[in-house]
Amino acid sequence: MKDSMIRGADIVVRSLIAENAEIIFGYPGGAIMPVYDALHDYHDQLRHVLTRHEQGAIHAAQGYARVSGKVGVCIATSGPGATNLITGLADAQIDSTPLVCITGQVASHLLGTDAFQETDVVGISMPATKWNIQVRRVEDIAPAIAKGFYIAKSGRPGPVLIDITKDAQTNFGEFNYSKCLGFRSYRTHIPVEKSAIQEAAFLINMAKRPYLLFGQGVVLGEAEEELKAFLDKSGIPAASTLLGSGALSEDHPNYVGKLGMHGNYAPNLLTNQCDVLIAVGMRFDDRVTGDLKRYAKQAKVIHLELDPAEINKIVKCEVAVLGSCKDSLSLLADAVNVNAYPDWMAKFQELADQENATVIQPDLKPTKAGLTMGEVIHQINQYKADDAILVTDVGQHQMIAWRYFNYKKPRTQVTSGGLGTMGFALPAALGAQMYDFSRQVVCVVGDGGIQMTIQELGTIMQTKAPVKIVLLNNNFLGMVRQWQQMFFDKRYSFTELDNPDFVKIAEAYNIQAQKVTERGDLQEAIEDMLIHDGPYFLEVVVEKEDNVFPMIATGCSVEEVRLS
Amino acid sequence: MKRYTIFVITENFIGILNRITIIFTRRGINIDALTASESRLEGIHRITIEVTASEDTVIQLVNQIEKIIDVIKAFYHEDESVVYQEIALYKIPVSRLDGGLEKIIRQHNAKIIAAEPDFVVLELTGHKEQTQELLEILKGYGLLEFARSGRVAVAKRMLTIDSFVK
Repeated sequence: MKDSMIRGADIVVRSLIAENAEIIFGYPGGAIMPVYDALHDYHDQLRHVLTRHEQGAIHAAQGYARVSGKVGVCIATSGPGATNLITGLADAQIDSTPLVCITGQVASHLLGTDAFQETDVVGISMPATKWNIQVRRVEDIAPAIAKGFYIAKSGRPGPVLIDITKDAQTNFGEFNYSKCLGFRSYRTHIPVEKSAIQEAAFLINMAKRPYLLFGQGVVLGEAEEELKAFLDKSGIPAASTLLGSGALSEDHPNYVGKLGMHGNYAPNLLTNQCDVLIAVGMRFDDRVTGDLKRYAKQAKVIHLELDPAEINKIVKCEVAVLGSCKDSLSLLADAVNVNAYPDWMAKFQELADQENATVIQPDLKPTKAGLTMGEVIHQINQYKADDAILVTDVGQHQMIAWRYFNYKKPRTQVTSGGLGTMGFALPAALGAQMYDFSRQVVCVVGDGGIQMTIQELGTIMQTKAPVKIVLLNNNFLGMVRQWQQMFFDKRYSFTELDNPDFVKIAEAYNIQAQKVTERGDLQEAIEDMLIHDGPYFLEVVVEKEDNVFPMIATGCSVEEVRLS
Repeated sequence: MKRYTIFVITENFIGILNRITIIFTRRGINIDALTASESRLEGIHRITIEVTASEDTVIQLVNQIEKIIDVIKAFYHEDESVVYQEIALYKIPVSRLDGGLEKIIRQHNAKIIAAEPDFVVLELTGHKEQTQELLEILKGYGLLEFARSGRVAVAKRMLTIDSFVK
């Protein structure tokens, strides 16, 4: 054996370092032990965060990836370690989050024999990954990792899983790392067609009531400046999807609000009054469109999209502009006229005023006794930094926090959008914070969701990540309860929770904690939390049976958005 | 609903077939027939899938197949724009061989490809309608076993796979 030969496990770690991974999240176990052994030698170059569950590791990697724009990395052992990653993979797949997940696997001679902790993770994870591979030979480790990073980050990003047998980790091989720069079956760059730009610009220049919807594609394509420039010139009103929030500052004059089931009144309703609809980096999720048969039928649709499989998948478009929206938006900005639509904008304003009077003011400045989720977010807005990151879980608090949080910067929004994964927020907030301890990371979570991954308070304790956890506690699975109230005759089937003393739990993890039940104490508590040096847990007991409005009920059209 | 032939040009990568078929499974679409083989270029495989669906659905299936990292190209054709063939094998007991059967074999252009003491095996290549017709007839001759392949097909369009493989 030559002196230059190193163990497969060392190749794994050195490959991660070669890809500029700085931090990885994981959990050890039998089949991944050689890699953990190798990590011991490189901890000055590659930081590992030990979570309390593999699901925590992958959600943390997602939070890290969303905030940093880099590839999130997590590692787990075979069998249950690997299967615990599946929810996070599915979440990252549907929300286009770049991840490289490395799992240990039983030794290659045991494959297929039902060996201890053997599971076919390549098979199980296939529908939930952009790409996956099993590596059985030491010489294949570095090329697989190089390809994995390239695939995860390029094109439409997504999760990659690399399953490495234990013998590949323990065998010796040469380490010559070369980054993957592309391969023949995978096209990442689609040049924008000039003719598509011309057609789109023609429609836009003729339009009387054009309307732009933007999604996370703008953030993933780093096209925030191009979006702003296009809107500045064209004067077109623009609304955001859930994951698009942050791509455009909410202070921008063309910004009219949020789309979707619990988005704003005007942006939903007026979708059915525009004459040209420009969809940028978004995929017409059913939570955005409502009843498709009655969605924007009057409009000519222009779809700016990187992924050809999204074109005409849900909404048929008049003009498809394939390619990165960074390219297409800037070409389109050159081709459209300087314009303004004062009458059209006034319509948005008129409906926004209605929403403000009926929903927003009662949410933010309630006159009734019980605390609202909205006023908590409103107070956070008063004291947060401009670049504060909001991480939310799934449910009522998610929709309220999204509605009222004042997004000013890109990559300040971390939530589980497509999959709706309860338990996402706490580990994702940890991951977001691990990227940068100097940033404010506010984790807003419900009493249901936090208990799905509450063990990650242990990771927060150990890393001292200064996450600010705001638990909005209504002792209910609030969103399900709201649906039961509205659509199931108020039959509250298994949605009420007897909860533990959350403050005691946080304190048991050595995290400073406070509980607020009275409006008078809220402002000071939030101020205390945000200036606190280190992690902080703030429980706010909110009204038990508040509902989130506006709402587009299932099966309804966007124009049937309800204010109450 | 119509019958379509989907061609997939792909790297020869473990699990690729699985990745392709789950796209159909997810949407609850049945694959009528599937064949896979190496193409005339080394390392590149060619998968032919026969499916009955609406054109809209087929377009989406093809787009999602093409999105698979190791798939080089996927496209679809209606029956009229491909030349295709299937092969069928029929096992008949020797005891039922008579003059009538000989006539049938001649009429259908079938071949006897194996003769054993107890049975003979007939082969017929053609479209499904043709192999099906013979099947119905042979049921009256004590047919012991029947097997039919998926479709192998080439497009009528003058495009070679080399143009996708750079």
